[in-house]
Amino acid sequence: MTSSNMWLLRPLQERSTQIFLGLLTAAVVVVTILHLATPEGSALHVSAYTVTLLGKYLCYALLAVAVDLVWGYLGILSLGHGAFFALGGYAMGMYLMRQIGDRGVYGDPILPDFMVFLNWQELPWYWHGFDMAWFAFAMVLLVPGALAFVFGFLAFRSRVTGVYLSIITQALTFALMLAFFRNEMGFGGNNGLTDFKDILGFDLRSDGTRLGLFIATGIALAVGYVVCRGIVTSKLGRVSVACRDAEARTRFLGYRVERVQLFVFVVSAMLAGVAGALYVPQVGIINPSEFSPLFSIEIVVWVALGGRATLYGAVIGAVLVNYAKTVFTGVMPDAWLFALGALFVLVTVFLPKGIAGLLQKRRKATDDDGANAQEVAA
Amino acid sequence: MSVLDQLTNRDQVFDFLAPEASPVDVRHGPILYMEDVSVSFDGFKAINNLNLTIDDGELRCIIGPNGAGKTTMMDIITGKTRPDTGSVWFGSRHNLLNMNEPDIASLGIGRKFQKPTVFEALTVFENLELAMAADKRILPTLTAIMKPEYRDQIDEVLEMIGLQSLRDRPAGILSHGQKQWLEIGMLLMQKPRLLLVDEPVAGMTEQEMERTAELLTSLAGKQSVVVVEHDMGFVRSIAREVTVLHQGSVLAEGSMDQVSNDPEVIKVYLGEEA
Amino acid sequence: MSIYRLLARIVLAACLALGPMLATAQVQDDTARDLLKQLVEANQAEKLGLLKEISETGDERARGWLEAFRGGKLAVVEDTGNVVIVLNNRGRDWEIADALSGDNLGEMSRRDLETVRVNNAMRAQVDGILSVIDLTVTDPQGRLDAARNLLGDVDATLAEQLEARLAEEENADVRAMLANAIAIHRLEQGDAEAIDVLSGSLNPTARAALNTAANGDDPALAAAASKALASIEQKLKINHAAETLYFGLSLGSVLVLAAIGLAITFGVMGVINMAHGELIMLGAYTTWGMQQMLPGQPGLALVLSIPAGFLVAALAGIAIERSVIQFLKGRPLETLLATFGISLILQQLVRTVISPLNRTVVTPEWMSGSIMINEALSLTLNRLYVIGFALVVFAGLMLIMRRTRLGLEVRAVTQNRAMARSMGIKATRVDILTFGLGSGVAGLAGVALSQITNVGPNLGQNYIIDSFMVVVFGGVGNLWGTLVAGLSLGTINQILEPWAGAVLAKIMVLVLIILFIQKRPKGLFPQKGRAAEN
Repeated sequence: MTSSNMWLLRPLQERSTQIFLGLLTAAVVVVTILHLATPEGSALHVSAYTVTLLGKYLCYALLAVAVDLVWGYLGILSLGHGAFFALGGYAMGMYLMRQIGDRGVYGDPILPDFMVFLNWQELPWYWHGFDMAWFAFAMVLLVPGALAFVFGFLAFRSRVTGVYLSIITQALTFALMLAFFRNEMGFGGNNGLTDFKDILGFDLRSDGTRLGLFIATGIALAVGYVVCRGIVTSKLGRVSVACRDAEARTRFLGYRVERVQLFVFVVSAMLAGVAGALYVPQVGIINPSEFSPLFSIEIVVWVALGGRATLYGAVIGAVLVNYAKTVFTGVMPDAWLFALGALFVLVTVFLPKGIAGLLQKRRKATDDDGANAQEVAA
Repeated sequence: MSVLDQLTNRDQVFDFLAPEASPVDVRHGPILYMEDVSVSFDGFKAINNLNLTIDDGELRCIIGPNGAGKTTMMDIITGKTRPDTGSVWFGSRHNLLNMNEPDIASLGIGRKFQKPTVFEALTVFENLELAMAADKRILPTLTAIMKPEYRDQIDEVLEMIGLQSLRDRPAGILSHGQKQWLEIGMLLMQKPRLLLVDEPVAGMTEQEMERTAELLTSLAGKQSVVVVEHDMGFVRSIAREVTVLHQGSVLAEGSMDQVSNDPEVIKVYLGEEA
Repeated sequence: MSIYRLLARIVLAACLALGPMLATAQVQDDTARDLLKQLVEANQAEKLGLLKEISETGDERARGWLEAFRGGKLAVVEDTGNVVIVLNNRGRDWEIADALSGDNLGEMSRRDLETVRVNNAMRAQVDGILSVIDLTVTDPQGRLDAARNLLGDVDATLAEQLEARLAEEENADVRAMLANAIAIHRLEQGDAEAIDVLSGSLNPTARAALNTAANGDDPALAAAASKALASIEQKLKINHAAETLYFGLSLGSVLVLAAIGLAITFGVMGVINMAHGELIMLGAYTTWGMQQMLPGQPGLALVLSIPAGFLVAALAGIAIERSVIQFLKGRPLETLLATFGISLILQQLVRTVISPLNRTVVTPEWMSGSIMINEALSLTLNRLYVIGFALVVFAGLMLIMRRTRLGLEVRAVTQNRAMARSMGIKATRVDILTFGLGSGVAGLAGVALSQITNVGPNLGQNYIIDSFMVVVFGGVGNLWGTLVAGLSLGTINQILEPWAGAVLAKIMVLVLIILFIQKRPKGLFPQKGRAAEN
């Protein structure tokens, strides 16, 4: 074990990470078994639809972990992480679009359907290369990372933080949404990218591929979690917390606060990009609505509900809120926005530490009880 | 500096060509040199033609009524505020006006704030760990490992500031005086050449004050220390050389007895009180 | 030329000369009937002459006849030979009226009627003739419109008539228009002097005539015309710039209105209220509600909406402050999230209770229409009102913040809460009033917005990001900054729009602000000094 990868291995020795990874693995394995081994129609059977739904939740969970990394540990409330998610998704969507080949409605071997429809003669330069999986997958990381780098470089260098930063991240995603709505951008405008056929040669509509994507998402979440945990338990993580709580002090200790912020912000954006890339093949579409400021701010409330600066809380929050959303929109769609709005208010006013805060309080209470009992026994 | 300059400047490209650590050049005497410094906020002159020289290894006290510009002076030295005019040099090589806060800190200027600022969410130990002199770039920080010798260094400082028993408690639970101590401890971990200490004994008991005085005087000689303080008793107990600031410039300089008999100083202070 | 026609010509000349008075004359019914019958039966070539003849009778009914002819509604009853005007030509039986007496003759089968055929060229001719008739109406605006309609359609005979008319006309605008109409005709005849008359004109027809001349065979004429055209282009450019500026100021004043309340709650109090947009929406819906309560009096309803909108939004704002924001003091990011939740709830409330669809708010008569500055520039009244309203609201707020006890207390509390409290200022009361004020102003913005945009549940959402941008761009805590920022952002947006398109212009403005904030994090007019750092 060399010292340079120590930071990644450190979380694996941590009890909380072990528990998290254990639970995640168990969940993925149970779902896989229930999907494969039980007959359709059985009470225990998990349908392909449910598998994909769960896969979607896991994507959101990874996205929430990415947001918690910057908000919880660095104190940067990004209201634009949906943009990184969407960019990762578009990179994946472009790959899937190119994979369609001549099976599109217009049968053009190169141009995606919407370009033929718009009478475009040739592929725009930025679409080149996306027919190759490795290139597209690299872009999933690089495009959100590059945007985060440029944006963060400018913002952090000028010491834009707090509410200002939140507002301009929101403006950023809003501007991108408007841009992607334009047909001229070459990303399918309003309709986005859809009608995908297969990924890496696997048919996207087959149950096997869906299960595979679900498992891949589980693995991505596990890796993303360990990376984030590795960062926050390293000295750099403590420097992040230092930047969050006393930026000026950190600077006077000789740390380049803006570089710490930039590093963590870029890592977080890349994770969000990965989440978006895994999301797209599972839901089968990516369109500009993923850039909407509402979505980005919704992510923040998942994290707030789960409990900031815990990472596992972000996962709990993302899964819970999205499960609630699925239930609500099915039963009474009108009530969902009321519920979501109320959630924003209730969590911030009554549950500032989120569900994780409640868990910690209970654990602390039982610990103290145990300690007291021991003392009494002694 | 332009990119071309950076490329042609060979000691910036090749690390081994870079000057030795602690490159502060004090062969010519002063470690800090401020000349004709002025700064104004919305027309109000916070610092007005300030001239100040601190010698290497000196312990200097700076006193002055509220609004005399003491904190602004520290802001200028540490790179937080840019003066409108004047020059500030660290040793005879480093122009502080061209540098930002982390660079100045890395160069060896440590600062304790007027209001004690520690990282409340981190433990006392972690606070000191972050302050420790080390490679503070991103990747080295990410992959940093707590070596036994670092641990020993931290424990040594913990002992010096008397916070061993609170080693693993969050800094947020410390009392005001303890936070002051922790911050001084963090300064020590930085191993600075010049310490700027803003009101170190506010909120301390007599006993704690005495220990602080002891600590600061023991540092002088190896390091240069600049103390800004209101408490005249404390200043008298440690001061060798005192500078009186008034309305952003130096009013008087000398030993404590000299300045306290200076008619100008008496006028300013009595005027304040009256 | 028959004696008859000569007579008619004299009558017309007299009628043009004597003005409106003589237009009331009537010719003999027989003559008129005869002419109209001929018109129905005549071939295309003859019709033109007949039309002129009819108009030259100076009969006050001629206008009605010509209009009926133009619309293909002049007809002859086949049995009796009576000339009638078709009032309603739907269905098998048509409702008709006697062309001469105007008596309603009831319905008649359309097979018994012979209508007159009319083509487009003929219609244009009729328009010209109608305009000549209209040149004699009493209303100067009517005469001006008539003269404008004649531009480019003047022939030699008409020119003569117009010259005569010009001599009599007293209204300067009408005179200028008549002169233009004559000059265009003369230019077509190759008269270089006419260019002098036309060189200042912004009228498109005049420009077209100059353009034709500039490309014509006569080199001297072409040169002079080109020169005149260039000066017109220059003038047009200025007018165009003025128009862009007007649109920019109008958009900017909307931004100022939307943002100024935020400048109070966010800028002065430091409270992030993401539901600010929904308070604007409430103001707009208040206007709609008022108009529902006072049907038929949109103007009165709008005026009443100003205090009502302020009150509704202010009360809603105070409710938000008391129920949520006060518990989140000193936690701006949490305040942001909680108020965002409130904005979702308010939007959904409006969708459920009122309707997810847009509501129509009526614009009162005195606010619709536009002021015409010249041929190329006219200012729509509703936007002019909004600009004025924004300035009034801004001035009012400035007065409150600078000159009243409340303003003083607000500034005291925001600068040092503890100190203000110890001096006997009730900080909580100040919070409530300030937040109420900021929210109320949002309501006012809503009232104004209802006049220029759709009133729907998403109204506020569309303005919240822009409003924050304006406040941040202008410098937080500085009302002047908000004014300057709002107006300049509006103008920049309008300048970019024709060049880049509406969406791209908006994106560019957003990016511009993002870059600007990074260059100057504290906005255009930052607060300086040590206090501002904390």
